[in-house]
Amino acid sequence: MRIPCPFCGPRDAAEFSYLGDAAPKRPDTAIASADIEAALYDYVYLRDNPAGLLREYWYHGSGCHGWLVVERDTRTHRIIAASMAQAEPSP
Amino acid sequence: MSGPRRLANGGLIDRTKTIRFSFDGNPLQGFGGDTLASALMANGVRLVGRSFKYHRPRGIFSAGPEEPNALVELRSGARREPNTKATTVELFDGLEATSQNRWPSLAFDIHAINQLAGPLLVTGFYYKTFMWPAAFWEKIYEPAIRRAAGLGRLSGEADPDTYEKAYAFCDLLVIGAGPAGLAAALTAGRTGARVILAEDDFVLGGRLNSETHEIDGAPGTIWAKRVEEELETLPNVRVMRRMSVFGTYDGEYGAVERVADHVPVPPAFTPRQRLWKIVARETILAMGAVERGIVFGGNDTPGVMLASAMRTYVNRFAAAPGRHIAVFTASDYGWRTALDLAKAGVTVACVVDTRTKVAPEVVALAGDAPVFLGGRVTDARGGRALKSIAVLDATGNRRTIAVDALAVSGGFNPDIALSTHLGSKPAWSEPKAAFLAAQLPDGMAVAGAAAGHWTLAEALHDGTVLGADAAARGGRRPQGMLRYRTSDEHYAVNAFWHVAESRKKAFVDLQNDVTDKDVALAAREGFRSVEHLKRYTTLGMATDQGKTSNVSGLAIMAELTGRTIVQTGVTRARPPHVPVAIAAFAGLHTGRHFKPTRLTSGHGWAAAQGATFVDAGPWLRAQWFAQAGETDWLQSVTREVRTVRSGSGFCDVSTLGKIALMGPDVGALLDRIYINTFSTLAVGRVRYGVMLREDGFVMDDGTTARLGPDHWVMSTTTANAGKVMQHLAFCHQVLWPELDVQMVSVTEQWAQYAVAGPRSRELLQRLLGDAADLSNAAFPYLACAEFRLGQIPARLFRISFSGELAYEIAVPAGYGGALARRLADAGREFGATPYGTEALSVMRIEKGHVAGNELNGQTVAGDLGLGRMMSTKKDFVGRLMAARPALVDPQRPSLVGLKPVQSGDRLRAGAHFMARGVAPAPETDQGYMTSTAFSPTLGHWIGLGLLARGAQRIGELIRAYDPVRSGDVEVEVVSPVFVDPAGVRVRA
Repeated sequence: MRIPCPFCGPRDAAEFSYLGDAAPKRPDTAIASADIEAALYDYVYLRDNPAGLLREYWYHGSGCHGWLVVERDTRTHRIIAASMAQAEPSP
Repeated sequence: MSGPRRLANGGLIDRTKTIRFSFDGNPLQGFGGDTLASALMANGVRLVGRSFKYHRPRGIFSAGPEEPNALVELRSGARREPNTKATTVELFDGLEATSQNRWPSLAFDIHAINQLAGPLLVTGFYYKTFMWPAAFWEKIYEPAIRRAAGLGRLSGEADPDTYEKAYAFCDLLVIGAGPAGLAAALTAGRTGARVILAEDDFVLGGRLNSETHEIDGAPGTIWAKRVEEELETLPNVRVMRRMSVFGTYDGEYGAVERVADHVPVPPAFTPRQRLWKIVARETILAMGAVERGIVFGGNDTPGVMLASAMRTYVNRFAAAPGRHIAVFTASDYGWRTALDLAKAGVTVACVVDTRTKVAPEVVALAGDAPVFLGGRVTDARGGRALKSIAVLDATGNRRTIAVDALAVSGGFNPDIALSTHLGSKPAWSEPKAAFLAAQLPDGMAVAGAAAGHWTLAEALHDGTVLGADAAARGGRRPQGMLRYRTSDEHYAVNAFWHVAESRKKAFVDLQNDVTDKDVALAAREGFRSVEHLKRYTTLGMATDQGKTSNVSGLAIMAELTGRTIVQTGVTRARPPHVPVAIAAFAGLHTGRHFKPTRLTSGHGWAAAQGATFVDAGPWLRAQWFAQAGETDWLQSVTREVRTVRSGSGFCDVSTLGKIALMGPDVGALLDRIYINTFSTLAVGRVRYGVMLREDGFVMDDGTTARLGPDHWVMSTTTANAGKVMQHLAFCHQVLWPELDVQMVSVTEQWAQYAVAGPRSRELLQRLLGDAADLSNAAFPYLACAEFRLGQIPARLFRISFSGELAYEIAVPAGYGGALARRLADAGREFGATPYGTEALSVMRIEKGHVAGNELNGQTVAGDLGLGRMMSTKKDFVGRLMAARPALVDPQRPSLVGLKPVQSGDRLRAGAHFMARGVAPAPETDQGYMTSTAFSPTLGHWIGLGLLARGAQRIGELIRAYDPVRSGDVEVEVVSPVFVDPAGVRVRA
């Protein structure tokens, strides 16, 4: 599989390591709130496993050391888009 | 043997080049351009192997990678290679081939008795018979079956050859160099597009070499030669022979190049095979089509052969499969085979066509030979070599015709497996009587016979158009499109699978010995889905992947169950399309090259000092430095520890991870990463920190130094260097991109040595001279500084893993060896010793410092006695999750020291703790020993361990139970800090 790193260009998937679903957003643990523990539990442990399009984190450890958000179809491994996570609009 | 069968003239062989080889020890001769199969045929060898299950005599069935029968062992000794298809082996001088799956000899095989037991050895026999008693399977049934079945033998020795991997990139990958592939490569190549033309065979041309067509008035082989010559002149075209593309993967293709399989021993510095990963913008699949047989009695008898294979042997290799040959066909193709055979001087005994209506001009191709329209060959007879066939004519009369070979043509299966590897299924075409590619992978097109376009004109047209299209999509401009004139052959086919009137065993899958009756049994027993049929009967599961059998098998299943082929469906092909040696996948990653090894820049110096090395993550580290007279590692380690604790020593710690962090917000980032506070750290100071994972467990520990207001350097453990870098990058890039921080790993940019012991200050001061003032006032515990050492920058940290007065000094990586030499020189008068990771480990256990054994991913800070470090004034990764009830449970095992009650007892890591006098059981388990060492300082073994409620149990006597190594030792629970608990020495 090849991943189009926005910084390095299309590269072999072996250069990357996988983290998983990019949808969960880390709750702000610095601010105390009643449901922070439940939200954190969701963030740390719960992941969807869709058959279809998934936006997910990949780390280009053998390249630019950038964290990417890659949109991939889990049924076909077709990669639709890849962007630097840092450039993603904040939630 | 039945006398030489080499034709006097013709063929694409080089008769001036005689090649000597042997088969089962008999010396034989072939010519340049032969395959092992064609050379065997030319020598009159008909019986080449025994079948997998029934040990039936088998001959050559095909002329390519679809071969199910002619499997041989190649070469001898360590290079012996089993299950090689004789039809794909390029003959070379000195080739040794041996038949397999026979004992004591090929002609007389004792297991052939299996076929008399045929009614017993039906499909599912093993499943049904050897079910019980279960204990019999492993000891009795399986060894017996393995001896009887199976194919060739491995050498049992290490492969002496090398294999390597390579990558290739192109605009257009053309798979197959037959007429379609050549036309595609030529058309695209002329536009300047980067083209790779991959051909499995050692010559280009494909079917042009087997058939007798003309292109633009010249023989097809001449046309192929001309195209080949032109392609070789194009710098943007790479022609790769002996190259099998075996798999379509996500965005890339797998291929194996048989670089030196056609020579006895690979030349120096040449790999035997090379595994390619090919990235192609577009691909043209032009692999042609594989002929299928017809299932009838005795269709596995040596001498029964695919019609296309016969044309190949006669036209390309000038080797006659027999002298009196009959043709059994369901298509016009068989008639053209008859014509080629007659032209070669072979007697055509008869042509049997299953169809009642055949075009007169096609029938005319048979010449004077008897013709049976609407007939069938019901049985082939002869055992080890075909002697006669039984023919049932359209009127119902049976007759026997003496022949020594039979050409069979049941139609063609397009070779489209590579189009289905990503998951799509092919679609049945009734007019073509074949499965065609349906949904193609991105960028793939199918040309020629692989697309069901059987004629030469169509193949050339497909290749030209698709090659031009691919080039145009890549922004190239194809010049005027070539048109070719061909001596064409439109041909008609009727699907015909199976002769119901046969009396003898009729094989569907020749390699796995699956008969028509096995398919019928599967249907009766309910295994009617093609996937069940395949797994129950093993149809198509042999090394030929059912290239000649899959479609026939499912068509027979369709007939038996009254369904159409579309309703019955087809199994999906998976890579590899042809067998690929595991060695090719391993490439150069064997033995000590299995993974890369990193050496520190001081490695050479350490090796010269007689160091013994150990794997530490990706690195090799010095484990100890044995001196003359030391006979045992413990002796060396004990001396090193004593020397450091009483004087001084130095140790290469370059392998620890180092991450440079710069920017105004580094302190803020570190506060969120570490459990303790770093933003308050003063410039010129170092602090020990612990970081957690998001789930609250400890990830790693280490020190971070603040070299300047905006310049920090973090150290990590050797093992977690990559993981921590990845974590920091995630936290910064994904979680908190607003922080103004830049970071980079500098692990490999700096060589670093620990200098430890009460005399380490004197040693270092001797080395540094005026460059730095090491007095306690100027450079106290946990200080750091940058300075110049001669011409090079250096960094100094006053940190200690041993518990002694200690420093770590870092220089640019290239100077590691020089630094080690300078340390040794400066330390000579102080008796300083280099020490390795064992002594390092002994001293950290004596000091109660945690390391990898304790930072094992299952411990929280509190377990390690580091709970008090967790700041309550700020937030950090893992803070809330670490506060979950189970992680703050006082019953959790926590860090303690252990010492044996009997001071001579040895402690072993891994021993489990339990109360004295209690039977060892999972429910009485109270934790385990994580690290042990013989302490030279205390004179007995000591250990660290994780014990339930450990901190409250100091002074208690418990049991350390280690049944695996017969250890059962009484130990006392003590503080984990065995040496200098007050921490006076580090501040000395």
